[in-house]
Amino acid sequence: MAILTQEEAKKIIDKVLSYSKADEMSVGLSGSRTGNIRYARNTVSTSGETNNLSLAVTAVFGKRSGTATINEFDDASLEKTVRRAEEIAQLAPENPEYMPMLGPQKYLETKTYAESTAKINPEFRAQAAFDSIDPCKKKNLTAAGYLEDTTGFSSFGNSKGLFGYNKATSVDFSITVRTADGLGSGYAIRDVNDVAKLSTKAATEIAMQKALASSKAQALEPGKYTVILEPTAAVDLLENMMRSMDARNADEGRSFLSKRGGETRLGEKLFDERVTIYSDPTNPDIPGSPYAGGGGGRFGGGGGDGRPQEKVVWIENGVVKNMYFSRYWAEKKGVKAVPPPSGFIMAGGTQSLADLIKSTERGILVTRFWYIRAVDPQTLLYTGLTRDGTFFIENGQIKYPVKNFRFNESPVIMLNNLEAMGKPERSGGNLIPPLKIRDFTFTSLSDAV
Amino acid sequence: MMKRRDFMQLSGLGLGAMLLPASAVKGYAVTPERLMEPGADVAFKKRMADIALNTTRSKGATYADVRIGRYLNQFLFTREDRVQSITNTESYGVGIRVIANGTWGFSATSDVTPEGIARCAETAVAIAKANSKLQTEPVVLAPQKGVGEVSWKTPLTKNAFEVPVKEKIDLLMKVNGEAMKNGAGFVTSNLFFVNEQKYFASTDGSYIDQDIHRIWPTFTVTAIDKAAGKFKTRDAISSPMGMGYEYLDGLASEKISGPNGLVGYRNSYDMVEDATLAAKQAKEKLTAKSVQPGKYDLVLDPNHLGLTIHESVGHPLELDRVLGYEANYAGTSFATLDKWESKSFNYGSKLVNIVADKTQPHTLGTVGFDDEGVPCKEWDLIKDGILVNYQAIRDQASILGAKESHGCCYADSWDSVQFQRMPNVSLAPGTEKRSVMDMIKGVDKGIYIIGRGSYSIDQQRYNFQFGGQLFYEIKNGEIVNMLDDVAYQSNTQEFWNSCAQLCDQDDYRTFGSFFDGKGQPSQVSAVSHGSATTRFNGVNVINTGRKI
Repeated sequence: MAILTQEEAKKIIDKVLSYSKADEMSVGLSGSRTGNIRYARNTVSTSGETNNLSLAVTAVFGKRSGTATINEFDDASLEKTVRRAEEIAQLAPENPEYMPMLGPQKYLETKTYAESTAKINPEFRAQAAFDSIDPCKKKNLTAAGYLEDTTGFSSFGNSKGLFGYNKATSVDFSITVRTADGLGSGYAIRDVNDVAKLSTKAATEIAMQKALASSKAQALEPGKYTVILEPTAAVDLLENMMRSMDARNADEGRSFLSKRGGETRLGEKLFDERVTIYSDPTNPDIPGSPYAGGGGGRFGGGGGDGRPQEKVVWIENGVVKNMYFSRYWAEKKGVKAVPPPSGFIMAGGTQSLADLIKSTERGILVTRFWYIRAVDPQTLLYTGLTRDGTFFIENGQIKYPVKNFRFNESPVIMLNNLEAMGKPERSGGNLIPPLKIRDFTFTSLSDAV
Repeated sequence: MMKRRDFMQLSGLGLGAMLLPASAVKGYAVTPERLMEPGADVAFKKRMADIALNTTRSKGATYADVRIGRYLNQFLFTREDRVQSITNTESYGVGIRVIANGTWGFSATSDVTPEGIARCAETAVAIAKANSKLQTEPVVLAPQKGVGEVSWKTPLTKNAFEVPVKEKIDLLMKVNGEAMKNGAGFVTSNLFFVNEQKYFASTDGSYIDQDIHRIWPTFTVTAIDKAAGKFKTRDAISSPMGMGYEYLDGLASEKISGPNGLVGYRNSYDMVEDATLAAKQAKEKLTAKSVQPGKYDLVLDPNHLGLTIHESVGHPLELDRVLGYEANYAGTSFATLDKWESKSFNYGSKLVNIVADKTQPHTLGTVGFDDEGVPCKEWDLIKDGILVNYQAIRDQASILGAKESHGCCYADSWDSVQFQRMPNVSLAPGTEKRSVMDMIKGVDKGIYIIGRGSYSIDQQRYNFQFGGQLFYEIKNGEIVNMLDDVAYQSNTQEFWNSCAQLCDQDDYRTFGSFFDGKGQPSQVSAVSHGSATTRFNGVNVINTGRKI
C-alpha cells in the first residue's frame, strides 16, 4: 500500500486537483516503508518497521498559501483536505516572496531504486545484524550497530500541469566495534541504494581491524600536521561547505562567499587548482532525486518546488563556478534558479589510500571525525574531534595509534593546503576521495576512546 | 547531539540556515483552531488502553504499557518585515510496549480503534518473541506500584494555542522592527509551541493522563559591514520553558540587571527588549577586539553554562551511554561504574553540587510521571564534587542496585519507543550572598561569557570546546571591553575542579535545549539546566579568528 505506482499516484493527484477552487494548487503524495535493527553489547536492542503514506495539499490565493495533510484517501477525505488547505491559505499572511508554481518540466532518469532493497524483511535485518555481531563475539570484541532501510516513492503535481514521480531505495549501515578493555574502537559506515552492494560482515571486519589496531594509543603534541583524511572523515567538512553555498546569503554579505565591498566570490579562485566539485543526479554510484526536494536527497528540503536536478559544476579547478538559488532570489538577480544538489562529487585521483600513506614522510591518518560544529560562519571554521582510529604515519608506514585530537580548521583553508587526492568513494550519498592535507590544525588532545 | 543528516532543512519554508530535527515536525498539518479542540476523553482512552493490556497479556506478555498520544505543534517563522511560515501540526496514535520471553517488543499504530489496538498489541508481543531469539540479557524491571487513575498538567496561565496567531505575528514583527531600527542588517525570529497530551497505562495498574506544554521564543540578529566584508550574529538569550504564553509577559520582577546594560531573564522573557539589545551588541561585535589566547578565569552566565552542564555532566551520566547502548552513535562515557562505585571520584571541586530533577517548576523536564509510569522526583548526581549517581530507567535500576527507577523514560512520539532521556540537570547556586558584579570584582584576568554558542565534545565526554554569544574582557575586577573570536577548551574533570565561586539563588536561571537528539532512529527531547553565574579559574582560551 505504501508504495504506489506512477499511474496510481497520478490518479489520486489529479482527483485532488479537480477539487481546487484556489488560484493555484499543488499536491505532494509520498509513501515509504522504513525498517531498522539496532544492536549494542553484541545483542539486538530494538527493531521495527514503519509504513507511511501521506498527501499534502498546498492552496494559493494571490500570495497567500496554506498546506494541509492527510493519510486517508477516500474522496470525501481528499476533498475535505483541499477545503482545509484553502481555508488555511485565506487566513495566512501574504508572502511577498511567493513564486508562481512551475509548469511541466523534463526530468532526467536516475537509478535510485533497487528491487533487492525493497525486498528486505525482518529476517534479512536479523541476519545482517548476526553477520556483524557474530565475528565480534568470536574475537571477544563488542559490536554496536544500526541498519536502516527505506523503500519509498515521491510524486507531485500542480494546477499548471507539472507532474513528477520517483521511486527510491536506500540502506544506511554503521558499526562501532570496541575492544573488551575499552582501549580500542573502530568504525565503518556504508550507504547504498542497492543492498546487494552491502556486506555488513565486510564492513564489520574493517571496524574490527581498526578497533584492534587503535588499542593503547600514544599521545602526540597537538599542532599542525599533514593528515590523510579517509572519505568518511573528509565528507562532513566538505558537506558543511557545500551546504553554505547559498547565493542569497552570499549576496546579503553573510557567507564565506561574501567579500569586502559587498560582492561575492563567484568566479574567484578560492581553492587549490586541483579542486573540482560537481553534482550529477545520473551518476550510477550516487544516483540522486531527479528533482529538488523529491526525497532521497542528503541536503533535505531543497525548495521542494519540482525544479529539475541537472549536472552542475560548483567548483572547477579551484574557482567558484555556481551557487544555489531559491526561485525568488534567482528571479530577483535575473539568473537561472539552480537548486541545491542531493549529493556531490569531488573529482579525485587514481591513488589508493595505501598509496597516499606510502608517500607520506610524517603525518596522521584520520579515519573519522566526530561532533563537528561551526565556530565561525564567516571563515567556515569548524571544530570537532578524531574518533575510532587515528594513526601516526612515518616514512610511508603506519607506526602506531595516537590519542584523539580536537581540530579547529576550515574546509576552505584545508582545500588550499591540498597535497594529494586518491580515488573517490561513496560516503553519505557523495563521492569523496581520500585527501592528503598539509598543516591541518589540531588544538588539543582527548582521552576519549 | 545529532548528525546533520537527521535534520531536515526547512528551506521549503524559506528558513535559510534554520535546521530542525526531522522528528520535530512529525504529524499532519491542521488549522490553528484544531489545536484548541480537545482530544479523546479519558474514559475512551482507558477503554482503548485496557484492550491493549488485555491483548498483550493473553498473548503471553509479562509486562505491557500503552501510550495514547496526541502531539500538537505550532511553529512560526519570520524574517525582517515578513512571515515566512506558520506550521500547525497534529499527530495522534498509540504505542504499545511489552516484555515477552524477557525481551522488549514495541509496535505503534495511528488506528486508535479496538481492532487497530488489538492488532498492534499482538504485533508488539510477536516482535518481542522474535527478538528473544537473539537475546542474551533478559530484561529486569525495577518494581513500580500502580498509581491508579491520576492526571497531571503543566501549570500555566495562558495556553499558547489559545493566543491568536495574529498576536504572535505582531510580537515577532515588533521584535524584528526593533532589531532593524537598532542596527541589524537582518533578523529572523521564531516561536515554537508544543503540547503533548499523553495517556499512559500499564499492567502495573497505572492510568495516567498528562497535558504537557512547552514554549521557545528565539531569534537571530545579524549585523553586516559590507565594506569590510564582515558579519556577526547575536542569538536570543531566552530559554525554552515548560510554560504557557505567559513566559512572554516580560515581567520586570523576573529581570536581572547585569553589567554593561546586560539583562538576564528568569521565568519571564522580554523578547522586544532582548532583540533591541541584540542588534546593538551584534554591531559592537563587528569591531570587538580579537582575544589574546591564554589562560583566563571565566565568569559564565547561566544562559551559557547550561549547555556546558548539558554536554559535560548531563550526557556522560546517562546510564545507557555508560553501559554501551549508545556506542555506535552518541558514544560511551568516561564516568564509568568503577568511578561511581569508588565513592571518591572528584568530578568537580567541593562547590559543585549537581542535581537531577523532573520536578522544578517552569522547566522542560518537569512532568508528573515519565513515559513508563514512574512518578517524577529529584536526586543528586554530584554531591560536594563527588560522583554519586546516574540517570536510570526501570530496566537499568538493578544495575545500580537501586530499588526504583529515576523516572527518566521518554519517547518523542506515540510511534517512538521510549528510552532513557536526560532529566533536568542543574548546578546548585552558592549559599553565600553574591551577585555577578561581586564576582567580577574578584577577577584579575578573565572573560565574562553570555549565551549559547558553538559547542563540541568527544564521544566519552572528556574534551570539549565552547563558544558563546557575548564575551567581555575582565581586567582587575572590571569589564574593560567586548571581545571576539573566543572559545574555551577544557577537560570535563579538570574544568569542574576549577569551579571556584558561585553566585547565589537570586541569580539562578534556567537554560534549555528544545530539540536534544539521541538514539537510532533519532528522537528529540527537551531539557532544562539551571545555575547561577559561576566562576572557573585558569581555563584555556583559544582565538578562533581566521582569514580565508
